Order: sequence, then C-alpha cells, then structure tokens
Amino acid sequence: MSLVIKETSTPTSASGVLTRGLWHQNPVLVQTLGLCSALAVTNAVANSLAMGAATTFVLVCSSAIVSTMRKYIPYEIRITTYILIIATFLAVADMILEATVPDVHKAMGPYIALIVTNCIVLGRQEAFASRQPVGLSVLDALGNGTGFTIALLLMGIPREVLGNGTFLGFHVMPQSFEPWVVMMLPPGGFFMIGALLLVANWHDLRRLARERSKAETVITLPAPVPAFEEREVAVR
Amino acid sequence: MTDLFWIFFSAAIVTNFVLVYFLGLCPVIGVTNKSVTGLRLGLATTFVMVLASLAAWILNRFVLVNAPYLRVIAFIVAIASVVQIVELFIRKVSPGLYRELGIFLPLIASNSQVLGLTIFQTNRGYTLPQGLMFAIGGGLGITAVLAMVGSIRERLEFAPIPAIARGPALVFMIVAALSLVFMGFAGMGTV
Repeated sequence: MSLVIKETSTPTSASGVLTRGLWHQNPVLVQTLGLCSALAVTNAVANSLAMGAATTFVLVCSSAIVSTMRKYIPYEIRITTYILIIATFLAVADMILEATVPDVHKAMGPYIALIVTNCIVLGRQEAFASRQPVGLSVLDALGNGTGFTIALLLMGIPREVLGNGTFLGFHVMPQSFEPWVVMMLPPGGFFMIGALLLVANWHDLRRLARERSKAETVITLPAPVPAFEEREVAVR
Repeated sequence: MTDLFWIFFSAAIVTNFVLVYFLGLCPVIGVTNKSVTGLRLGLATTFVMVLASLAAWILNRFVLVNAPYLRVIAFIVAIASVVQIVELFIRKVSPGLYRELGIFLPLIASNSQVLGLTIFQTNRGYTLPQGLMFAIGGGLGITAVLAMVGSIRERLEFAPIPAIARGPALVFMIVAALSLVFMGFAGMGTV
C-alpha cells in the first residue's frame, strides 16, 4: 500500500469535508486506494454492502479516537498507534458482523481482518484525523467511508447482475439470460475495476479539456521568454 | 511430502495471492514499472512472509490459545516487528540493497499479503512445515506476477496507448488478462 496521500485541496466548510470523499476525491476511483478489499468481496451486492459498512464503522471510530488523542500520540510511533487503534475497532466490527449476518460474515472470510491493512483507513488518520478537530475528522471519515461503499456498489451491482442474474439474491434478469460466470470469478473483478478507472479517466480528461478551453479565452498569454542566446547577451 | 508439494503449488499458482486472492495490489500498481524492481520487492516480501509465518505459528501455538479475538492485533504487531528487524539486518549487512529497496521495505509491514498469509494459515490450521511451505509458495507466486506485469509494462512503454487508458486502468486490464490465464489452473491442487 502507499502511504503517500494526495491532498489536493483543503476544504474549509464542514459540508465540503463531508462530500469531497464521495466523488471528487473518491478513495477507490480517484486515489486507487483500498483495492484489495474492494475487489475481493464485490462478487455479490450483500457482501459489498457489509464490507462498506464495516469499513465505514472502523474508519469513523478510529478517526474519532485518533483526533481526540492527536496531541498525546508521539510523532515517532504514530503509525503503530493508529494501526493498534484500527485493529481494536476491527475486532469489534468483526464480532458484530458475525453476530448479526453470519452468512455474509462467512462469505467474506479473511477479508474482514484485512480492513486493517486497507490504505484508506490508515491514510485518513495520517492525512486528516491527526491534524483536525474531532467533529471535522468524523465528517471526513463518514464521507470517505460512504465514497468507498459507493465504489464497492458500482462494482458489486454489475458483477452480481451479470455474473449470476440476481440482485441481492433476487432474480432480475430474464430466464433466457445466460450468466457471465467470469464476472463472479477473480478476472471479472479486475476487468470491472479496469473499466471503472477507464470511465473515471475519461471523465477527468473531459473536465480538463473544458477547463483549458475556458482558460484560453480569458487569460492573455504572458510575454514570451527571450531565447537562450539573447539572455546570454544580456548577462554579458 | 506430496502434501507439502501441493500446498506450495496451490499457493504459488492455483490460488495466486495477487491474481486470485486480490492481495497486495498497491505494489502491483506502484513498483512494476520495471520488472527488476518487481522481482526484488517480491523476493523481499517472500522473506518477510516466511518469518511472519513462523511468528504467527508461535503466537497461535503458545500465546493466543485462549484469546483468538486478539489475533489480528497480535499478528499486525508481530509483522511490524519482523519488518523492523529485517530492515535493521539488511541495512547492516548490505547497504547497497537497503538503498535500492528504499521506501518499499517498511511498506511491506502494511502489506495485506503478509497479514493475509498469517490469517489463511491460521484458518486452515497448517502445521509449521505446511505454513512455511505456504509462505514460500505464496511469496514466489507474488514475485512471478510482479515480474510478469513489469515485463509487460516495459514492452508497452512505447506503444501508442490512448490517453484514457494510461495509468492504473491499463495495469488492471493487464492483470485481468493474466488472472484469466491463471484461471486455467483452477481445480488443481489443494485449496
């Protein structure tokens, strides 16, 4: 995983903190973080929802604790401390899932434990919760957790509908539909994330092109830089 | 003996950590610009995995008998310590290798492959030799995938790729194709 967190903008309003994780800084689609759990559990919509909810829970709780204790955590051992806090809440989430939805818990298997190594959770602690007050940190965690869940559903819904012909276990495709089994298998997950990233790239390129054409009409070009020889002469 | 061989074979090929279990995708995107870097990181990961497997076995056998709910916390601390020791060791013994691995070495600590290995090993109740075999097989499987994706990306360096397919999107398409190839092994070995 990568610990290099891109913080392109620091929103000032609370609503900005909450909403930027949903789309513009979506942890999966824009920052490509947390992919392991995103791909492994999205072969069914129910698993995607459970994984999204569990990750959001862990993210919000550990952000609240890290933000509360941010003045007392020594800088040198901060990462270890964050991981211990995250692992504690993970144990809680694991037990809650096992008690409430045992079938889903079984289907997700070891990937629940792997929330600990999800880059999104650790990344938000390092980039946001360790510097900001509790209220904002919780909002930021909530936004990122929801953004993660949205990305999981964007993958989980097509994979279950195409791969199995069902949605949350109910048949939605016509009887004559032949399920694309490959979508349920690992290659389907990789194809799906590849396709989603293609769409995200296309969206980005279009936005850039629009901004550039707008900028060209407004800004006048700066005076041209003198050529190399001319500058040489000026120095002499 | 055949049992150990099949564990090795399944971990390396049939249920490859990257292509089938989706573990450790960040290094696949991050360090496969060149096949050599991928190869080195894969071997370092294998080394850490073997030590982590040993540590997890000791923890399971002697420490966590009555407290299975503390597993993840105990494993993650053990893995972080192992990585720290390996880092000190490599810095002392081979400063050149240490400089080349650079930032990747500490990042192995937060790598889902190593934690995934210890959890799979615990869930399946592997004995010590079985666990070590699982670690070696899994690590070499990861190394092979990192090297393969790296070589494919080297070939694609000068190909006319459309702008929307640059970056991670293209890497995932490559990995999807590789994963499809590895599906051919499905059904062999033990799971």
